[in-house]
Amino acid sequence: MPVLEVKKLNQYFEKGTPNENHALKEINLDLEHGDFVVIIGGNGAGKSTLLNSVAGSLPVSYGHVKINGEDVTYENVSKRSRLISRVFQDPRSGTAPLLTVEENLSLALHRGIWRNFWTNGVKKSDRKLFQEKLAQLNLGLEDRLGAEIGLLSGGQRQAITLLMATIKSPSLLLLDEHTAALDPETSATVMELTDRLVQEQKITTLMITHNMDDAIKYGNRLIMLDHGEIAIELNEKEKEGMTVPKLMQLFKERSGKELNNDAMLLS
Amino acid sequence: MDIDIIISSVYQGLLWSIMAIGVYLTFRILDIADMTAEGSFPLGAAITMQAIVSGVSPILATIYGFLGGAAAGLVSGILHTKLKIPALLTGILTMTGLYSINLFVMGKANISLLATAKTLFNLHDFGSSTANTIVIGGVMVTIVIIILVFFFNTEMGLAARAVGNNQNMSAANGINNDNMKIIVYMLSNGLIALSGSLMAQLNGYADVSMGIGTIVIALAAIIIAEIILKNLSFGKRLITIVIGSMIYRLIIAFVLDRGVDPNALRLFYSLMLAVFLAIPLISKSFKQIKQRRLNNQDQVEDK
Repeated sequence: MPVLEVKKLNQYFEKGTPNENHALKEINLDLEHGDFVVIIGGNGAGKSTLLNSVAGSLPVSYGHVKINGEDVTYENVSKRSRLISRVFQDPRSGTAPLLTVEENLSLALHRGIWRNFWTNGVKKSDRKLFQEKLAQLNLGLEDRLGAEIGLLSGGQRQAITLLMATIKSPSLLLLDEHTAALDPETSATVMELTDRLVQEQKITTLMITHNMDDAIKYGNRLIMLDHGEIAIELNEKEKEGMTVPKLMQLFKERSGKELNNDAMLLS
Repeated sequence: MDIDIIISSVYQGLLWSIMAIGVYLTFRILDIADMTAEGSFPLGAAITMQAIVSGVSPILATIYGFLGGAAAGLVSGILHTKLKIPALLTGILTMTGLYSINLFVMGKANISLLATAKTLFNLHDFGSSTANTIVIGGVMVTIVIIILVFFFNTEMGLAARAVGNNQNMSAANGINNDNMKIIVYMLSNGLIALSGSLMAQLNGYADVSMGIGTIVIALAAIIIAEIILKNLSFGKRLITIVIGSMIYRLIIAFVLDRGVDPNALRLFYSLMLAVFLAIPLISKSFKQIKQRRLNNQDQVEDK
């Protein structure tokens, strides 16, 4: 059984108006356990729309989303979070700035579990786990459990968000251009960390990115969206030996259009 | 100003601080200025007074007052989260509705207690009526602070704080934002009603219009607390709010003592809060002016 099943997914914006936008057209997508699928595509290709539909932050117009065989099409974000965790593009989005590092991590540790009002939110026994996990990031954060997250840098916050997303292995991890807002060096570090965490726990992952190099380097499957449709789908074998020029050539063959790499990288 | 006025300001501040703490929960944790306060304050007073008049024990009557406020918070919370009505409008709607409810509860515009009626403040004698007020008020404030500090550090309390901080993050971590907001709304208005209940018992009097302007008083106490000490942990912040409430009562007492017309009092409340809210900005621009002057002096010396 696939971990994620997207069936005939359609998304319309402003349906029935002259501005109608058919943002996703009959998308079918299956992710098997351990798949790390990277989605690329230019602006307006439908990457974010697809990710938001899977996450639950955008109601689905037509079609179905199943996780572990369970139909979650009509569940909201917080309900789906028992199965899904997510890292956003903006490093500020994934953490609560006025809460401390350990408070944020504790919140993530309770993802999908009922929260009581009689035991401490931050358990003493969890602190050791947090320190171990933070030490693995090599950012010196293991001594800063009590620091307010808002005082940390974007890269540090994004690394912690990644940790929060994976501290309780989710069925599905969504990465929403999560390195796009970081400087190139930090971006590379966070991307490597992502890959390590995903591989270690064999987490089924769906990542969208603008960065074609990253798209080729990471993950075992690659999907390119264009105008709400899947233009290119590469499996593990086809992905091997792929380069940016080859990928652009392939896109031209399939869609009869020239792909503007700059637009994809920079937009 | 004689010592009696100072003492009465202190214990009035003590009772008002419970209201200020209630307002703080929605104002700073949820980032909402909740006008429901102006309806739940007299609601707590009305329920408690009606209960005492009907022969209910003062302790139970006070608890009823708290629960009434929590119910008002529940209504506002549902209007705001489930029906997506803007927070300010939600507060105005509930507050307006509560005016009628308060009249229904009391059956008339106000209730006075007989001097012999039992209230929380004369259940046990600690030596004098002033001592009674300070002991009971102090105990109540302490209990409230301890419970809140405890709650906001539990699993659920942490979740509630995250909701006010970053709703994307809280939802992504499985927190039901709506339910958390409703819980804070209920706690907040429960405390506000508790404060109203205590004030009414202290004065032996509840009036349907006693809520007017109360949110301004509460906010002023909070802002004073935040001006005195910045960036405090939650528990310490609550304690400074108690002190802020007392300072505020002292300022009011001082103004009245100077012979200001009591009719002008609410105008004064508003002006004072406006000034308090502007203080951070004013002090910042003063600093900038100072910095500019220093900068210019350096330039002159360089020449």
